[in-house]
Amino acid sequence: MSKIIEVRGLSKSYIINHEGKEQYTALRDVIARKAKKIFSFPGWKPSSSITKEEFWALKDIDFDIEQGDRVGIIGRNGAGKSTLLKILSRITDPTTGTISIKGRIASLLEVGTGFHPELTGRENVFLNGAILGMSRSEIKKQFDAIVDFAEVERFLDTPVKRYSSGMYVRLAFAVAAHLEPEILIVDEVLAVGDAQFQKKCLGKMEDVSKNEGRTVLFVSHNITALKSICTSCIILQKGEKKFQGNVNESLEKYLNFDNELSSASRKYIREETPSKNVFLKEAELIDVTHEEYFFINLRLKIYSSDSTRLSVNLRLKDELGFPAAYGCSHIFKPELHSMQPGENIVHLKTEKLNLAVGKFRLGIEMVLPGIESLDFVDDCIQFEVSNDTTATYKFGVMQSWGFSATEIKFKEII
Amino acid sequence: MSNLSSHENIETQNWDLVLKPGRAEKNYWKDIWRYRELFYILSWRDIKVRYKQTVLGAAWSIIRPLLTTVIFTVVFSKIAKLNNPGNAPYALMVFAGMLPWQFFSNALSESSNSLIGNSNLITKVYFPRMIIPASSVITSLVDFAISFLILIAMMFWYHYVPSWHIVFLPIFILIAFFCAFGVGLYLTAVNVKYRDFRYIIPFIIQFGLYITPVGFSSSIISEKWKLLYSINPMVGVIDGFRWCILGDPMKFSSFLISMAITLLFLLLGIFYFRRMEKTFADNI
Repeated sequence: MSKIIEVRGLSKSYIINHEGKEQYTALRDVIARKAKKIFSFPGWKPSSSITKEEFWALKDIDFDIEQGDRVGIIGRNGAGKSTLLKILSRITDPTTGTISIKGRIASLLEVGTGFHPELTGRENVFLNGAILGMSRSEIKKQFDAIVDFAEVERFLDTPVKRYSSGMYVRLAFAVAAHLEPEILIVDEVLAVGDAQFQKKCLGKMEDVSKNEGRTVLFVSHNITALKSICTSCIILQKGEKKFQGNVNESLEKYLNFDNELSSASRKYIREETPSKNVFLKEAELIDVTHEEYFFINLRLKIYSSDSTRLSVNLRLKDELGFPAAYGCSHIFKPELHSMQPGENIVHLKTEKLNLAVGKFRLGIEMVLPGIESLDFVDDCIQFEVSNDTTATYKFGVMQSWGFSATEIKFKEII
Repeated sequence: MSNLSSHENIETQNWDLVLKPGRAEKNYWKDIWRYRELFYILSWRDIKVRYKQTVLGAAWSIIRPLLTTVIFTVVFSKIAKLNNPGNAPYALMVFAGMLPWQFFSNALSESSNSLIGNSNLITKVYFPRMIIPASSVITSLVDFAISFLILIAMMFWYHYVPSWHIVFLPIFILIAFFCAFGVGLYLTAVNVKYRDFRYIIPFIIQFGLYITPVGFSSSIISEKWKLLYSINPMVGVIDGFRWCILGDPMKFSSFLISMAITLLFLLLGIFYFRRMEKTFADNI
């Protein structure tokens, strides 16, 4: 085993221009700005000063990759994954740091780069192959395998603009899958095609990495894909490397990071003071523990102008806003909750909830049951139910399939 | 001791590629050679796509120069009553100038828009970016070749036999090629940074047509201004074309000047392009 990639102190910064909405610099503006400078009196500051901000997409990253490693790069959106891949594949220059590479790199940041709609499937295979760095003879040698893999034999001499989007993507991936570099860099490109083709792509990726001993760098949010392909992972968070280690450990860490990060959305603090007798001041999700199932543990701070009694309703919606579950505390505690004038702390703990995998939003309502709604804060808390990576016995139901829990039952109200 | 051995380790690791900020890759030109197949295939794509979905296809590269030649002949010879110093028919002289000019202007406008037109490639794959403007100049060379057939047809029509000078024609084609390439490199790099530059390019080309001896012979320029006039590298190229094809007189000094200016443009273009190349993906 020898080092094939060595990255030392790698950083990349972008300058964000806060002034204009324009996406690019126009010469017109540059000239106008220069003219303003010349004609303005000394000591006069131009009224529209541009505020420039430096944004570090990557900060001081070090890592080594050994030959034959299959490394997953994980991180939330904006963590710098794509920037890292772009630098490794030489599309953009690092701001500081050094990267040393041994062998030929092929990067697959997009499926079908350079495909031209006017050209036929056959022509595009050669074009795309050349763009990805294959030589003509290599493509010729692999041509039948590519066509076979893409399942488009009949349409080889049809311009790709007449292809269905599925055919287009299949052909594009097929070319990429037959690359034979020492190092293969793959951005999230597997999220294409139908389920069967995705499976085929994953199979091919596994084949390439495991059996042919290639070094693979793979960015994905697909935990299953990462698990089946990668041997180790690098976790990026806000441009910094947080962890590098074997795949299971990394994924576990990553999902925990995720919880830490989303802690902001787990706490709700009301900024304005509504002119209501009773209102929710603060809400905090203490934990959504998962031993086997989830349950919600909430701490509420409720303001009341005088002593009263009330009940708390919870409304759980999924990511898209569809109602998922509903619960009323007065069913568990018919005598209602008593409030003192001023701030009251209320702890709510629910029974086990059999929630589907996905993101949920919680709305909290204070009511006099059947009489009056005192205050209602929609979507004040968000949390995510993730697939338990350590448990093998449990199968997580995806949100798109169903919610399963419809009633929130309370266990404890203090 | 351990320090020494680790140092040794670094020495023995011979990397194929080291990426560092601002580092001009020493194997850039070798890379261009390595990516020559991409260069062929991109040129081939441009040519192929250019004539797809057009009614007349390649006929366009015949019709355009031919019509312009007719108009120029009428305007400059019949209306402005300009003379041709040589003994060739006026239309032939116009066409011999039109050929390199059309090639130059096509190549320039194609290559200066080439990077923006291929932004999807630039943001997704690495290759020496110079391939893109170069391949668009090559595409224009194909148009040139097609137009050249009309010149041959015209010579048959006028029963005109070219002088032996015609063997030097490739030299002038090369000068036109490198001149368009050099200026194109510069403009396409500027175009990535300042997007309104593309409005200037048609203007440069139109302006160029008037200061270049396309519709007239450069012999009508008075001696006093001749040297200044020759700063336009296309003056030397067109004079050279007419010298090769029609046997018109040519000044060696204007040829040298246009060579020098072309070389200057080429070096400037390459220098600026190489300096900007690293930021293309971020700016495009």
